[in-house]
Amino acid sequence: MTADMPLRQGVSLHLDRTTFRYGEVGFAFDVEFPTGEITAVMGPSGSGKSTLLNLVAGFETPRSGRVLIGGKDFSDASPSERPVSMVFQENNLFAHLDVFRNVGLGISPSLALTAADHAAIADALARTGLAGKDKRLPRELSGGERQRVALARALVRDRPVLLLDEPFASLGPALREDMLDLVAAVQTERKMTTLFVTHQPRDARRIAAHVVFLESGTVAASGRAGDFFSASGPAAFQRYAGAADEG
Amino acid sequence: MRKTLSALISSLAFAAATLPAIAKEKLTIYTYESFTAEWGPGPQVKKAFEADCDCEVDFVSVADGVALLNRVKLEGAATKADIVLGLDTNLTADAKASGLFTPHGATAALDVPGGWNDDTFVPYDYGYFAVVYDTEKLKTPPASLKDLVEGDASQKIAIQDPRTSTPGLGLLLWVRSVYGDKAPEAWAKLKNRVLTVTPGWSEAYGLFTKGEAPMVLSYTTSPAYHMVAEKTDRYQAASFSEGHYLQVEVAGITTTGAKNPLSEKFMAFMTSPKFQDVVPETNWMFPAGKMDKPLDPAFDKLVKPAKTLAFSPEEIAKNRKAWVDEWLNVMSK
Amino acid sequence: MAQRDEQIGTTANPLSQAAHPAALRDRRVGAGMAALAFVAILIGGAFLGLAIESAGDFSGAATALDSYLFRIVRFTLWQALLSTCLSVVPALFVARALARHPGFFGRNFILQLFAVPLALPAIVAALGVLALYGRAGYFASFLTKIAGEDWPGIYGLSGILVAHVFFNLPLCVRLFLEALQTVPADQWRLASQLGMGVRPAFRFIEWPALKQALPGVAGLVFMLCITSFTIVLILGGGPRATTLEVAIYQALRFDFDPARAVALTLLQVLLTFAVVALLSGLGANTTAETGLSVARRRYLSIGGGETVLNALLIMLALLFVAGPMMATIAAGLQSDLVRLIGEPAVHRATTTSAALAFLSALLATALSLSLVMARHGLAGRRGRTSGRSLLEYATDTGAGFVLVVPPIVIGAGWFLLLRHVGSAFAIAPVMVVAVNATMAMPFALRAIRPAYDAASERHERLCAQLGITGWARLRLIDWPVLQRPLATAFAFAMALSLGDLGVIALFGSDSLQTLPYLLLARMGSYRTADAAGLALLLGLVCFALILLADRLGKERSP
Repeated sequence: MTADMPLRQGVSLHLDRTTFRYGEVGFAFDVEFPTGEITAVMGPSGSGKSTLLNLVAGFETPRSGRVLIGGKDFSDASPSERPVSMVFQENNLFAHLDVFRNVGLGISPSLALTAADHAAIADALARTGLAGKDKRLPRELSGGERQRVALARALVRDRPVLLLDEPFASLGPALREDMLDLVAAVQTERKMTTLFVTHQPRDARRIAAHVVFLESGTVAASGRAGDFFSASGPAAFQRYAGAADEG
Repeated sequence: MRKTLSALISSLAFAAATLPAIAKEKLTIYTYESFTAEWGPGPQVKKAFEADCDCEVDFVSVADGVALLNRVKLEGAATKADIVLGLDTNLTADAKASGLFTPHGATAALDVPGGWNDDTFVPYDYGYFAVVYDTEKLKTPPASLKDLVEGDASQKIAIQDPRTSTPGLGLLLWVRSVYGDKAPEAWAKLKNRVLTVTPGWSEAYGLFTKGEAPMVLSYTTSPAYHMVAEKTDRYQAASFSEGHYLQVEVAGITTTGAKNPLSEKFMAFMTSPKFQDVVPETNWMFPAGKMDKPLDPAFDKLVKPAKTLAFSPEEIAKNRKAWVDEWLNVMSK
Repeated sequence: MAQRDEQIGTTANPLSQAAHPAALRDRRVGAGMAALAFVAILIGGAFLGLAIESAGDFSGAATALDSYLFRIVRFTLWQALLSTCLSVVPALFVARALARHPGFFGRNFILQLFAVPLALPAIVAALGVLALYGRAGYFASFLTKIAGEDWPGIYGLSGILVAHVFFNLPLCVRLFLEALQTVPADQWRLASQLGMGVRPAFRFIEWPALKQALPGVAGLVFMLCITSFTIVLILGGGPRATTLEVAIYQALRFDFDPARAVALTLLQVLLTFAVVALLSGLGANTTAETGLSVARRRYLSIGGGETVLNALLIMLALLFVAGPMMATIAAGLQSDLVRLIGEPAVHRATTTSAALAFLSALLATALSLSLVMARHGLAGRRGRTSGRSLLEYATDTGAGFVLVVPPIVIGAGWFLLLRHVGSAFAIAPVMVVAVNATMAMPFALRAIRPAYDAASERHERLCAQLGITGWARLRLIDWPVLQRPLATAFAFAMALSLGDLGVIALFGSDSLQTLPYLLLARMGSYRTADAAGLALLLGLVCFALILLADRLGKERSP
């Protein structure tokens, strides 16, 4: 596993009639995501965006239905057994470990790193614009840099599915665009099947090829980004996007 | 001096380590802690008997007499003990009932107040319970149990709990033997003089020497320790006109020990002068047999009870629970 | 919120939670199960031994229930409840004061000192307390003047309470402080930014953290007080002050009635269970929302008035705790220390004590960490809305109930069980370590849990995602964060084992003499001065070990 991977195709990702219950709230997802492309997952608060990602990542187990990745059933697999990397909104790093080791954990959970691994980590850090910062502790980094570390770790982990749970929500517009471009570049290179949760139509439009729109715990609409953001996009989405743009 | 001493000790230790290889006959004695302490009778007794019998004595010690009996009961017939040394007459009936002890053969000349005839246990020393007082705090000590019961309630005494300690039980029996069925009434009065009731002798005596109470329930021999070891006459025992309650300490051979010929030999040795010479100034009790050397003069200054009070072990075993409950009832009010 | 959680909890099926395949696969849960099994075997084996011995004769158990028992149960509960309140409530404020002044002069020293009372045998503490407040105490003449009559000493309920608070207040302070230190620095920044004064800051930041720790700490103190024995008898002033523990001791020691001892022990466990269940209603078992703690500095603006008040509070607590200790030191200095230190018996006892305490503390810390990890693993599995499973309860408060099983019962039970196999005395050191570790485990648990839970809240998903489990997780993720609380837990466990007499008294023989055992032996043969000197030595050894543990806890932490 090195950073210099050949170009490849992503894997298919399919939530096959999965249901889930969180207290009184129920969720039902039956959706297939385009292979090797970025899909924006959008929807109002509480519509189930994070739950959907948690089901894919394995932090939640569906009550019924299957989570199929590359055609294989991963419904009962633990998070680390799944071919998935996830970047959270926060808490992506261990506060007491430096940048290098935080990234290194993506290769070996016991930090048993070979010389090749060291090179791969250095590559990933350079790729994410963190060269020379490998000895820093998370508290010595800016918010954007911390998320770059998380991306660098996703790079060295090199799993075919990438989940981004509003990772840049707390960053300023210019910085956010930089980060989005970084994600897009990395995705083009690795062809990871990527789910990207965001509230910002602008962000989705910038990097996503597809959009899945959730409402009340289920998929309300989905389609190509170009269609979604045109005047003839789904009505529910337009209401939501209009509200989001105003807000 | 120090060097030769440590050389001596290490050579002794070496000798001790090599001894088991010769596989001498061995005698295992269970006893209580203060018997085997460096200042207790244990070390001298061991040396004297080993010289006599060309055998090895192995002491195993527990906290006190009650713990001693419990330990033997816990081990049951599988006990390693040949001899159990350190029970008192409050415990002998119970010990006999356990069926873990066998009658002894020989009875040497014994010198125990009130005489001795028991086919299982042999006494090795005795003492009397007494109220020990601080002469600096108390000018006129009580002259009788009646004085203690009815006297100035602001002059406190620390006593022990009969539920958990031997002296505590001793005082209970003492009051019972003087007051008979009127004991509860006596306790109701005495209660006001009691500072506190401690779980064991150590705690009560500690409170006494710390000055918390001018009196404590202890033994007539307690002042001897302070006179001999600390060279002070400050602590004295009060002589009670009704007499003092007797405590006799005994040893017995277990069913395990019955198979070891050394057991009988040790019992005979125990009542001989070689053992008895050691007892007074190490165990701070009176010898139960003849001594070769005279008693320390300090012992002559001790209270000589006008009368010896004692219940038989059977009476104690029969009534202990009822008497303790009665005591609890009065004292808890 | 918490109460709603609890209510829902009663309707959930606990077994379905425990049987969750993913939960069982978690190695942390496995470790917790192993720890629970260890405790269960220790207690179960003892009960089995006693049950076999009573050989179907349970008349002793039946007669145990009389009016005398009713009286002592009432007193036991009453004194334990009062002691708990008097220890816990002031400790909340002292801990808060210490948390707000990280730079308080001598703060570290005070905290280290606060671990020492646990190591003092009850008799030493009782004499220390009496040296101040007794009839012949330092304050006696002063108190006589105030009272207008001869000071009667503090014998009775007041004496018991003073001694219990002396033991437990410092413990509570340290445990509450541990809980307060899990409040993320960001929250403090937020508080200062929002201009929160003392009251709102307490209400919104400190109290939630304290409240979470409260039921556990209060339960712990209650258990310690309910089993109090020597203190109650010495300072209680008479058999009116009798606890169930005394009755258990009496049943086993004087009456040798295993059935009765078991019955009374079970009663004690049940009573404690009832009270602890009530106590748990006081607090919440929810985990506060925690974020990545990036800020190192605390942003606190504390007014002058509050600083004075806090300083006063800390000084009062310090005086109260240090007083009896000073008396112990003063008494110890009057003994022939040079001779004592030179005695081979003292050397042996010191070595034995230190070795046993070290091993017990190691085992206690490992047991507690396993349980804490398992609890968190189980809690994480069940999600936020379903109730706690029995297993989860067992890994937390449940395991604490070992405290109310008297060591003498465990010791005697194992004796009886093992005598059919061979000599139980051969494994005496193993028993001492096992029992001491188990008895110290509930304390260690309290010290570790807040920090572990807070750290896990941040790391849980990340570790699951990256597959960091087992040994790697402990080494890379948990250990660096837990070093300090682990050191605290270790120090507590060591102090407790150092002062232990319960097990030693039963197993102790010439081959296994510890410092407290030696101390009591000296006291039992008129050598009061020696005993005072040994108490001082014991305190010093304990203090030295605590310093060492603290140092180990600080090393390498970022």
